[in-house]
Amino acid sequence: MHLAAHFPGVNNTTVWTDPRAGSQIDFASFEHLARTAERGRFDFFFLAEGLRLREHKGRIHDLDVLGRPESITVLNALAAVTDRLGLAATVNTTFNEPYELARRLATLDHLSAGRAAWNVVTTSDAFTGENFRRGGYLDHADRYTRAAEFVATARELWDSWTAGGVPRPVTHHGPHFRVRGAFTLPRSPQGHPVIIQAGDSAAGRDFAAATADIVFTGWGSGGRPPGKCSTRHSTLAAGQEFYADVKGRLAAHGRTADSLKIMPGVTFVLGDTAADAQERAATIRRQQVSPQNALLALEQVWGVDLSGYDPDGPLPDIDPDPESQLAQGRVRLADPKALADRWRALSEAKGLSIRETVIETTGRQSFVGTPAAVAEEMTAYVAARAADGFILVPHLTPGGLDDFVDRVVPLLQERGVLRTEYAGTTLRSHLGLPDPVRPVGKD
Amino acid sequence: MSQPSCSLRPLHLAFALDGPPRRGRRATEVFDPEHYVRLARLAERGTLDFVTLGDSFARPGPDALAVLARVAPRTGRVGLVPAVTTTHTEPFHVSTAVNTLDWVSRGRAGWTVEVSGTPAEARLFGRRDAAPADALWREAGEVADVAARLWDSWEDDAEIRDTATGRFVDRDKLHYVDFRGASFSVRGPSITPRPPQGRPVVAVDATARPARQVAAAHADVAFVRAEDPATAAAARADLRERARALGRDPDRLLVLASLPVELYSSGDAVGLADLLGDWHADGAGDGFHLRPADPARDLALLVDGTVPVLQHRCLLRRFYPGTTLREHLGLPRPANRYASARKVSS
Repeated sequence: MHLAAHFPGVNNTTVWTDPRAGSQIDFASFEHLARTAERGRFDFFFLAEGLRLREHKGRIHDLDVLGRPESITVLNALAAVTDRLGLAATVNTTFNEPYELARRLATLDHLSAGRAAWNVVTTSDAFTGENFRRGGYLDHADRYTRAAEFVATARELWDSWTAGGVPRPVTHHGPHFRVRGAFTLPRSPQGHPVIIQAGDSAAGRDFAAATADIVFTGWGSGGRPPGKCSTRHSTLAAGQEFYADVKGRLAAHGRTADSLKIMPGVTFVLGDTAADAQERAATIRRQQVSPQNALLALEQVWGVDLSGYDPDGPLPDIDPDPESQLAQGRVRLADPKALADRWRALSEAKGLSIRETVIETTGRQSFVGTPAAVAEEMTAYVAARAADGFILVPHLTPGGLDDFVDRVVPLLQERGVLRTEYAGTTLRSHLGLPDPVRPVGKD
Repeated sequence: MSQPSCSLRPLHLAFALDGPPRRGRRATEVFDPEHYVRLARLAERGTLDFVTLGDSFARPGPDALAVLARVAPRTGRVGLVPAVTTTHTEPFHVSTAVNTLDWVSRGRAGWTVEVSGTPAEARLFGRRDAAPADALWREAGEVADVAARLWDSWEDDAEIRDTATGRFVDRDKLHYVDFRGASFSVRGPSITPRPPQGRPVVAVDATARPARQVAAAHADVAFVRAEDPATAAAARADLRERARALGRDPDRLLVLASLPVELYSSGDAVGLADLLGDWHADGAGDGFHLRPADPARDLALLVDGTVPVLQHRCLLRRFYPGTTLREHLGLPRPANRYASARKVSS
């Protein structure tokens, strides 16, 4: 089983109201979580990205954690206080250039002795583009073609030195990029940094099958629409479907099933008993969905100002505004009317308030139970080929992984599904991935 | 041995971790983080203000800011000042990377603003042609300007964690910078909260004319490469006058004479102390930025030979008086422009 730790960052699942919640930005917080992950013999540490502060009703969204450092710089510093842990940065291909980013990632791989990973993401968001020279001109269809050419160009640069340490000039002329000249770094310890990819569309799955070493999916299916209820059974089934589909696409690209790892992002809540864990989970859900956040979640579906509604009262009986620009920096729902109808039906059937409805329908907790039950369930998902491992998303910074590493990791190790020591030194070796083949004619 | 009581204003001392390319230097050294950690710790033992690391997209070697981020957790006091170029980068990314270096070093970050002027660098990006130095430095000045605005775009107390209202930040203390330059615009605010130093220390090599006005307008530290103390002193006077004309307090712009050094023996190291003392007496600057021929050898001789002599002569402090680079340099933590603007208007 492969495990990774997600730094609990900018989102509404991070509980900042807890008295144990520390700084989201001090290096000590990153160091604590990374060291804990390494103590648990995790494969890697994962940082998300955001390039513009989200807005709601034309103003900066102020309810959730916001503010984060620049990822690659933090990871280079973490390379100094960890030895084996992989270091994964989410970096956008839309607002970067291949030469510069390839150089920064190769540097991280050199300075960490082979532990760098890059989560490739794209955006077509003109809102984010207002912070960049590039602006927001890319249409949706160009996102993946630019991303694919971006990654290919980075690989040409990473491969450009001979085994003997001689730089060979690269000439890349494509529709998106023209890069000519010599790369300034020799081939990095992993050959290429590990490539991570998320995305659940057919284009996203194909892109992952063609280029990625790891697919980071949403829980269960890799991107269920928010609010869709699902039982554990259907989540397992959906995970198996996604797993089989993506792995099935590999052969067309000449790849084996082992060359791509599928790792859903998951949360967990531990308790001494099952009931204790359920009670904690409910408490955390109430912390995540404050009265203000409940109204906000509703406004994001309805697309109109609902500040006059009582979060402990019933849902509004008006319909959502399909053209709303209320929330900026978030993905728009495909069909807000259908979701609103589902929420209203649920609320009426069960007599739930606005806040209770949001808590019920936006559940994010994946594994809730005693350490033994969580270890067993995680093992079962991997055994059933619904996942190769998990990216754990704690709800507390920076101590949110402590309990997991202290109480669940030893059980996974006893079961023989998690390593007790790192066998190799590079992230590729942790993941059991081969070194990328150096193109013929480069030596 | 009795210590003389020191009343002189000490000179500031900075050291470049990269030497000129030379035959025989081991290529692997450039990619070995422990090489840089050893040097930075040595500089720290000598209570140097800061170390610099040059960069260019065409120079063999790793990203300089990344190297000094890698060094940060392994050092405690010495300032870390990488070169970051502004010509082919996104100003928003430059701003957050330098800001983050300040967070991971707990207030020891600086930034040497550089431009990329060669066609070879332009071809690596394929986005714009090489441009004349004047145009590149005008843009570099805009990048330094917007970076500082982004560092200020979060007031220091913007994070409130107010459980009663459910608000993590006070959004009235976050600011759109709405910057419009000649070649780029940035909406803001930053995604990274204001760094520990308020603003990391900005350095500019002001030897060449096109860079001088940028240094006068935006730098906390200017480097001047000079062959003799009189030339350095004249450049310093020019920079201070330009800063004054721009409405800045010239004492907030430190001018360091940037000298190539090559030390073969402890005798050379003592000789360097004499030379630095003479230049300092001639008003050559507020201190020195030393560019070694061989960083490891020259820094060891400097720390073990030159530094004790300078300390004995009261020209160098014996310990770090504070923890941040601004404190080493005697520069105050900048007030936040948006916070003071709000105070005035309220």
